[in-house]
Amino acid sequence: MSSDGIDLELDCRGMLCPLPVIELGRRHTEVPVGGVVAVVAEDPAARVDVPAWCRMRGQEYVGEDTAPDGVARYAVRRLV
Amino acid sequence: MAAAPDAPAPAHVHLDAAAGTPLHPAAREVLAAALERGYADPRALHGPGRDARLLLDNAREVVAECLGLSRDEVWFTSPLDAVQRGFLGLAAARRRVGAELVLPAVEHASVRHAARWWADLRGGTVHELPVDRVGRVDVTAFAAAAAPEGVAAAALQLANHEVGTTQPVDGLALPDGVPLFVDASSSLGTLDLPHGRWSAAAGHATSWGGTPGTGLLLVRRGTRWTNPFPGDPEPQDHGGALPDVAGALAAAAALRATLDEREAVDARRRRLVDRIRAVAATLPDTEVVGDPVDRLPHLVTFSCLYLSGEALVRELDRAGFGVASGSACTASTLEPSHVLAALGALTHGNVRISLGREVTDEDVERLTTVLPEVVARLRSEVGL
Repeated sequence: MSSDGIDLELDCRGMLCPLPVIELGRRHTEVPVGGVVAVVAEDPAARVDVPAWCRMRGQEYVGEDTAPDGVARYAVRRLV
Repeated sequence: MAAAPDAPAPAHVHLDAAAGTPLHPAAREVLAAALERGYADPRALHGPGRDARLLLDNAREVVAECLGLSRDEVWFTSPLDAVQRGFLGLAAARRRVGAELVLPAVEHASVRHAARWWADLRGGTVHELPVDRVGRVDVTAFAAAAAPEGVAAAALQLANHEVGTTQPVDGLALPDGVPLFVDASSSLGTLDLPHGRWSAAAGHATSWGGTPGTGLLLVRRGTRWTNPFPGDPEPQDHGGALPDVAGALAAAAALRATLDEREAVDARRRRLVDRIRAVAATLPDTEVVGDPVDRLPHLVTFSCLYLSGEALVRELDRAGFGVASGSACTASTLEPSHVLAALGALTHGNVRISLGREVTDEDVERLTTVLPEVVARLRSEVGL
């Protein structure tokens, strides 16, 4: 795990919905259960859709912060 | 038996009634006759003007009777103007009190834009209240938000235009003096106006099969209302411009016919929407949005994980169904629907279906076969 608690960061800059969530759906299994995946995306829909994905897929939405370049980053803990 | 290869494709089914419906048959003849006889300025004193005045008065009488209002509470104007003047006329009459406005986050864009414009112009603030998972506002929190000094007016829709959830307008007890604007643009003809206290309301003839350019501005007797725009301070048809007599008559005829047949038509539409909701709920990774019971009878919204709203609209259109979507990729901006976002509902892969009076059981049965196929095909392309 890196110092900021993120095990895997998915660079979804420049992607439009639903691509960031597709990326999350495809790659979240690369971290073990209990690990944290983060989606970095400019797409404004990601702010709603990442938490919605967590709810629908039984995962935990951890919260939002920003990447060093100011782009929003949404963190998810893998529960299943 | 397989269909013959040259069998005609089934007719295209319009499932976007919220955005436009065919003119109600009862309005067709009336519209033609009104265009023939009601072309003059109803304010003119000559014969054709008096004819037009008679027709317009008749339309007003019919609408007032249908809605349980008096004639002097009903004005014909464009749908957008009805919303803007209806809401802001209440705020304008209380401009000395302040320019704070209170509304839920799920109001129609026209209400939100009007509120922001007024607040910016008058140095006020728009207070947008959160809603629960089905899109309903909390009346206690709403009343509390309207309590501080400086609140000029509040707005609450009768039902949501995107997810169908009704709002508890009759349960709202606003502080004394704060007037309520009710946006009934997506629901009049289907839902009754609130029984409780409201000051002004707006209706859109599309929601009951009138012509799309016709709206209703309803201002209750005794309400403090002042025109927020240039012109006469009192309410007027079309803000004082030449009234659309034919549109008013068509709206009146369509409203009367819609209310006469409402019980049967809306029971059928409710049953068909229940059927679509049930099928959508069985689709994998799909969430059906909005209140399952206290809702508009003819509208259903659901979102499919990993799919784009644009692809769903395109594929359903190819299969013969015209549907709407609140997903960002189907709008002119990158912003997803503010309604879906306020509910915390998935904004991509969104499909919004609204049934007109003409949609049949057979149409919906065919949809319930096509929809799972389309979703499965698009999902297989994504590989999830």
